[in-house]
Amino acid sequence: MAIGISKTLDDVGRSGNEPPAPQTSSRPAWMSQHLGTAVIGAVAGYAFGHWIGNVIAAGYPNPQSNGENDIAIVLALVFGVVGWLAGIGAFNYPLAKIIGRAPAPEAPEVGWTRFFKYNLDHKVVGFQYMIGVLLFFFTGGLWAMAIRTELLNPTNHYFGPGTYIAIVSEHGSMMMMMATSVIIGPLGNYLTPLLIGSRKMAFPRVEAFSFWMFMAGYLVILTAIPLGGFPTGWTGYAPLQTQATAGMDSYLVGFIVIGTGMICAGFNVAVTIINYRAPGMTWNRVPIFAWSLLAVSSLLTLATPLLATACYFGILDRTVLTSIYVDEHGGSNFLWENLFWFFGHPEVYIMAIPGFGIVAELLPVFTRRPLFAYRVGAAGMFGVALLSFFVWQHHLFDSGINPDMRPLFMLTTELISIPTGFIYLVGLGTLWRSKIRLEVPMLFCLALYFNFLFGGISGVFVSDVPADVTLHGSFFVMAHFHYTIMGGLMFAFFAGIYYWIPKISGKMLNKRLGQIHFWCMFVFFNLTFFPLFFVGILGMPRRVFEYAHNLQVWNDVSSVGAFLLGASFLIFIANFVWSIYIAPKKAPANPWGSLGLEWQTPTPVPFFNFERIPVILSDPYHYDEQDPLPVADLGGGLVPVAAGAVGSVDMPGEPGIEGTDPGGSNG
Amino acid sequence: MASGQRTSGGRVAPHGKRIVGGWITLSVVFDLLFGFLVGPHLPPGRMTSSAGSQQFDIKVLFLAAIPVVVGVIGYIVYAVVVWRDGRPASFEPPAQVTARQSTRVQAAWIGITTCLTLGLFTFGTIELILPAGAGGGEGPAPIWTPASKTVLPIQVIAQQWKFTYRYPTYGGFETDQLVIPEHTPVAFHVTSLDVIHDFWAYQLGVKADANPQSDNVAFTTAEQLGRFVVRCDELCGIWHGAMYNYGQVMTKSGFNTWALTTEHKLAANTKLLPPFAWFYSPSANGAGGSYYGTNATYSKVQVYGAATVSPAQASKPRAG
Ligand SMILES: [Cu+2]
Repeated sequence: MAIGISKTLDDVGRSGNEPPAPQTSSRPAWMSQHLGTAVIGAVAGYAFGHWIGNVIAAGYPNPQSNGENDIAIVLALVFGVVGWLAGIGAFNYPLAKIIGRAPAPEAPEVGWTRFFKYNLDHKVVGFQYMIGVLLFFFTGGLWAMAIRTELLNPTNHYFGPGTYIAIVSEHGSMMMMMATSVIIGPLGNYLTPLLIGSRKMAFPRVEAFSFWMFMAGYLVILTAIPLGGFPTGWTGYAPLQTQATAGMDSYLVGFIVIGTGMICAGFNVAVTIINYRAPGMTWNRVPIFAWSLLAVSSLLTLATPLLATACYFGILDRTVLTSIYVDEHGGSNFLWENLFWFFGHPEVYIMAIPGFGIVAELLPVFTRRPLFAYRVGAAGMFGVALLSFFVWQHHLFDSGINPDMRPLFMLTTELISIPTGFIYLVGLGTLWRSKIRLEVPMLFCLALYFNFLFGGISGVFVSDVPADVTLHGSFFVMAHFHYTIMGGLMFAFFAGIYYWIPKISGKMLNKRLGQIHFWCMFVFFNLTFFPLFFVGILGMPRRVFEYAHNLQVWNDVSSVGAFLLGASFLIFIANFVWSIYIAPKKAPANPWGSLGLEWQTPTPVPFFNFERIPVILSDPYHYDEQDPLPVADLGGGLVPVAAGAVGSVDMPGEPGIEGTDPGGSNG
Repeated sequence: MASGQRTSGGRVAPHGKRIVGGWITLSVVFDLLFGFLVGPHLPPGRMTSSAGSQQFDIKVLFLAAIPVVVGVIGYIVYAVVVWRDGRPASFEPPAQVTARQSTRVQAAWIGITTCLTLGLFTFGTIELILPAGAGGGEGPAPIWTPASKTVLPIQVIAQQWKFTYRYPTYGGFETDQLVIPEHTPVAFHVTSLDVIHDFWAYQLGVKADANPQSDNVAFTTAEQLGRFVVRCDELCGIWHGAMYNYGQVMTKSGFNTWALTTEHKLAANTKLLPPFAWFYSPSANGAGGSYYGTNATYSKVQVYGAATVSPAQASKPRAG
């Protein structure tokens, strides 16, 4: 376990589940670092960066930025993030190491205060992420309702055009930032070690760092509002980007910050799944949800650096007047479009694949039969992930760049529907002659198949170049990707929340309220977005505040749907608060009768998850057997293992784990 | 591994037959209803050759999509109705042991989706190439062009937040009225003076990004008279939503009369304009934000398809 860097988490090889004894800290309590000190650090860093920017770049304002000094703004945001991280204590350990001092002892915390601190326990980070993404999601949702308010009437305006476009941009950017991490953050961090039988994530510090970067991104993108907003939407096209006022800096810095968090989170999950699988957890037994996390974390790690680079170029154009995206001086506006979408299209699948993983993981539980065509499903996710790097120019079909290559990009785009279809094959095959129990998570899973069908099919429409001439840039595209992200990913997210909350919190969410939440969300989601297909195909461009009078009825239906959809989340919040905090009802140990390894651990999950490294005996889909055996021996291999097991991780001092690969015994 | 889908003995309900039968029936019914009731009215209409080809394309896509939607949703509904177990917390396995995988089913699924995908790709490519790019922006040197050699070039100049149009064959006058003749292939040369815009003439079935410093060509041929809407379809700043105007398709003679009259009426203004070029650079030094022509100057012998302007012609700027 050479890569374990934390003092407290280093010794995962040892047995026992007690957290290491709290060590006496040399620091008094008032010096402890938490959310409050992080905010103080962020404010101090912002003020410092702004000051130093004005000192070094005095008299160097961007004339197009209302005389605002973009260098000062960028430095303020960067130092704000550094201050935020310093305030939370992210640098204590690495700095102590660099200067060669023994790092201050870090006792694992207990109690509610640990959720406001730089915590290295993947379960705490998972919960922090869950609250973080919900905060992100609800903030973005409020912007969405503001958009729909403006679009209630084609010519009467509730906001000025500048305010409106700032709201649209803020909504798009926040939702995209949130959606990249919505599953890999909370459920990925919480569940990855539990799914594969590990006692921790590979890099606990990277895991904590990714969360606090994620929240820093939330704050940075919100600073665009007091800075006057930005007018480019989430796509940030140059040269509009170069021309925009100071709010644009928040967008560029924000995506670099959130991108850094995404790279860290993806890297950590990928390494954990590859290297920390328990003995016996062969690739043929890895749960399909872990497969999806691996596919998505490869995308996060490989695609996101390009976004950070593109944003960095944008910052240079705006501050030191390089002209990387400025055509008149030798740059190219196509360069941003290419870089952005070369990241942006894998990003789209970053927001789809984890949803596929969740539904494929949950369907066998609620149909009591093995996952159909498991290998095809896993291959499908990787097929989607691989192909997603070869399709980006379908966003540019009418842009005039590379026009002769359009058939090629049409082909690669449409080829993605084949591996995506595997997900449907897995789902429909699993339903065949099963015993379907319509518990709340199952309702959300089936809704994903329904919604994503429209999202996927409308995707084929826009992938077709001649049809795209009419549909490109219209509300049809907007409805299309809301059907995939909101209708697919977010429904899968809530499926996962309802399914795993009994494991995470030890409490059951109220079933009746869950059903009401589901039906409201499902009906109002479709009420909001289905009309937008019509609106788009009838000629309404995206991101406009004025539209043709004959489209008002459909727009109003959509707006009413959006308000009701927003209200439906209040039911979820009420359910969450009521069932977990006000009138908690203890959850059964395994409420869904799942065979998953995560349900074999006690609730609440102990500090090191498993008393000993478990030995995996089979894949978790043996639902067709009467009284199936547990998928793992939690005795840590002390009990003889019939099939032998694979030593996929170096676990010093663990007896009985060396063995031979039992091969694909699950077929 | 034995396929669980195959049922032996008549005691098991014929789920497969029911599902397939229902699927085929419903698909045929919905496709017929859609094709005859909705098909002729599908956007973007039939005002031009490109709009007509897009309408046909969208119709074919719908006809292909309906069976898929009907199949998947029908199957899920059938499964939930027939195989639902309403008892809470009943964790026993289903009565029948079904297969974990089935080579036949998987191969069939992959084969069918692959054929469908490749079919749609072939169809889309043909529908892109034959109707001269189907009205989409084809960049500065289009290779899919109208058969006719008499193409009317019209330049679309987008700027924050307005469209104007220049007619090079009529002395290069610039107007904010877009008028095109019927039954004449038109080449829209779309460019921008500032940020990226997008020229979307909805009823014409034409869409092309307006990029600064570059020329983006889209072709169409009007087949019906009437008015159409032009909207900006790429976010270009705060007044993006207000960037639209209207255009008109006239008869050939009506158009010619209009163009000659307008050329004459605007002659004084045209003299003040920068010489006609395929794109313009707002000059940072020029007084009053004047423009200078670039080396991609307009030439009367512009040929679409094989080659663009020859260098010799390009070097000769033409006074407006
Ligand atoms: Cu515009």
